[in-house]
Amino acid sequence: MNIHEYQAKEILKSYGVAIQGGFVAETPEQAMEAARKVKDEFNSDWCVIKAQIHAGGRGKGKIAGTEHRGVQIAKSPEQAAEITKNLLGGTLITIQTGAAGKVVNKVLVAQDVFYPGPSEPKEYYMSVLLDRQTKRNVIIYTTEGGMDIEEVAEQHPEKIHKEWIDPAVGFQAFQARKIAFKLGLEGKAFKEMVSFVSALYKAYEETDSAMFEINPVLKTSDDRIIAVDAKVNLDDNALYRHPAYAALRDIAEEDPTEVEAGKYNLNFVKLDGNVGCMVNGAGLAMATMDIIKLSGGEPANFLDVGGTANAETVEAGFRIIMSDPNVKAILINIFGGIVRCDRVANGVVEAYKKIGDVKIPIIVRLQGTNAEEAKRIIDESGLKVFSAIVLKEAADLVKKVLTENTSAA
Amino acid sequence: MSILVNKHSRVIVQGFTGNEGTFHATQMIEYGTQLVGGVTPGKGGSTHLDRPVFNTVEQAVKDAGADVSIIFVPPAFAADAIMESADAGIKVIVAITEGIPTRDMVKVKRYLEGKKSTLIGPNCPGIITPEEAKIGIMPGFIFKKGNIGVVSKSGTLTYEAVDQLTKLGLGQSTAIGIGGDPIIGTTTKEAVELFMNDPETAGIVMIGEIGGGMEAEAARWIQANGTKPVVGFIAGQTAPPGRRMGHAGAIVGGKDDTAAAKMAIMAECGIHVVASPAEIGQRMKEVL
Repeated sequence: MNIHEYQAKEILKSYGVAIQGGFVAETPEQAMEAARKVKDEFNSDWCVIKAQIHAGGRGKGKIAGTEHRGVQIAKSPEQAAEITKNLLGGTLITIQTGAAGKVVNKVLVAQDVFYPGPSEPKEYYMSVLLDRQTKRNVIIYTTEGGMDIEEVAEQHPEKIHKEWIDPAVGFQAFQARKIAFKLGLEGKAFKEMVSFVSALYKAYEETDSAMFEINPVLKTSDDRIIAVDAKVNLDDNALYRHPAYAALRDIAEEDPTEVEAGKYNLNFVKLDGNVGCMVNGAGLAMATMDIIKLSGGEPANFLDVGGTANAETVEAGFRIIMSDPNVKAILINIFGGIVRCDRVANGVVEAYKKIGDVKIPIIVRLQGTNAEEAKRIIDESGLKVFSAIVLKEAADLVKKVLTENTSAA
Repeated sequence: MSILVNKHSRVIVQGFTGNEGTFHATQMIEYGTQLVGGVTPGKGGSTHLDRPVFNTVEQAVKDAGADVSIIFVPPAFAADAIMESADAGIKVIVAITEGIPTRDMVKVKRYLEGKKSTLIGPNCPGIITPEEAKIGIMPGFIFKKGNIGVVSKSGTLTYEAVDQLTKLGLGQSTAIGIGGDPIIGTTTKEAVELFMNDPETAGIVMIGEIGGGMEAEAARWIQANGTKPVVGFIAGQTAPPGRRMGHAGAIVGGKDDTAAAKMAIMAECGIHVVASPAEIGQRMKEVL
């Protein structure tokens, strides 16, 4: 589960990780107040207004139809309010949001951390995540902060360092020192980095996170080490251990049809294609999307109905898929193992009749326990539903209905 | 022969008396699996499905000679159950449980280092040696004894492939579902290696999906050591990057773990890659 920057920073702070301070605001008035608080608390005359959306690239991204960028400097509380007014309610389009963008509902009013001082500020990059190859957590870091890490990895792979953590003993002091030395730090900044990275790893582990990305980690002009941005992804499977973090979920950031599907325990991912699908099992669902593509269509969604494909889940699935006007056909692909195909077939017929007004062709492929019986139920239902048993037949039917659609148009 | 499990396997169920455990234990017994008992802490000394219930895995090993365990306990307790089995010397541990936190699995993997146990899963359908032992939740009737080894990350997609094979007259030596989580026990490469060394296996079906590097690792191993034909399929050719497709591990993170990248490496390494999941069985028949 993704959370907002301001939420991530609160969590980091609670673990003793030094962060760029700030206050969240949902109105221009709150932003003005926050800017004053930033001045009082952090002695920061200027502040940074940061749009809170679940996507990166905000500094370069713009609010649709305007020149307002997602991250801006405000030199007074009045200007903070003005900038906030321009951001709130707007759709921020960044390199990571895609063309649809994301609506800004909150901003973070943060202290200005690039203040002048005895040394030059310097940005670093640091992330913590699971290395699937070694089955261990790894801290990835580089002196090239503030940049796109993929780009650094491509152009300067030698500048990317990795530190793996042995789960038997956890993160060790020598590893923290190694990281601080490799980043070229000394004196106060070195000591600060050692405690920064130690606290960061502790936070990663204890929050059951799947990914931390701090870009940039900043060495300020007075040699403090702080997290200026924070991207945190929590392990969904571990949320039961952290009810307070589970409550940080922001449904406004999610696709409404995906939220709706979740209510029925359906695993749904919205895509841009023209053929919807409903499948039992994640692997078979992905394979069914591949079949759609190979048959000349584009998948409109991923939908795994899980082990219980009954009338209720099938109906919910139907409604969710058909709420997308781009969908020109639906392929239902169920391999009945423990769940019997004739029951699924009855569920499909029942759901179809209940919805009543189905204008697009439905292809139902049921294979496994009682597949023949299931095909008979579908064929004798009198509904405009094409049935298949073998996967190849289903693929051919998709091709057929798509061709007929095109020629009819 | 076969790999990992056969008719001599003495199987226990962890989470024996729960709903899932009871349902699938019944199915396994009906299939003919030698199910020698189960473990439910606190219910030791009683019987369930006409078999003894033990308080600990250690007791089940001692009293019933168990050497394989299948785990149905809820996610919060599953890591503990796996480690208990490993500690008791269980040879093959099959973890069906879906939704185990990654942090728990990192610890489990470390704990298993140097131990003799083979872990299959978690979040998997299990393992079956047709007509000998079904240790999982798969529908037994689609499998047939034969000489094709099947390794797959997915449940129903495995059934699909097996069904195609069986209908073409190609039975299976063993079929193993390794699971779709980011951290799993037996990897694709380890399963492939076991099949290559199994005299009864003549060909291998390897089914993967987006995310991670296990298929590439297996492909390179096959290129260097393979002696039998391998048919491969990768699910998720149309999956967008950054979105998790059902399985916790099925997410495209970079350019190396897309379906296209994996299929290219597999083809390069001499694996017969099919673009459509409908062609898995037919291609195996052709290359055998």
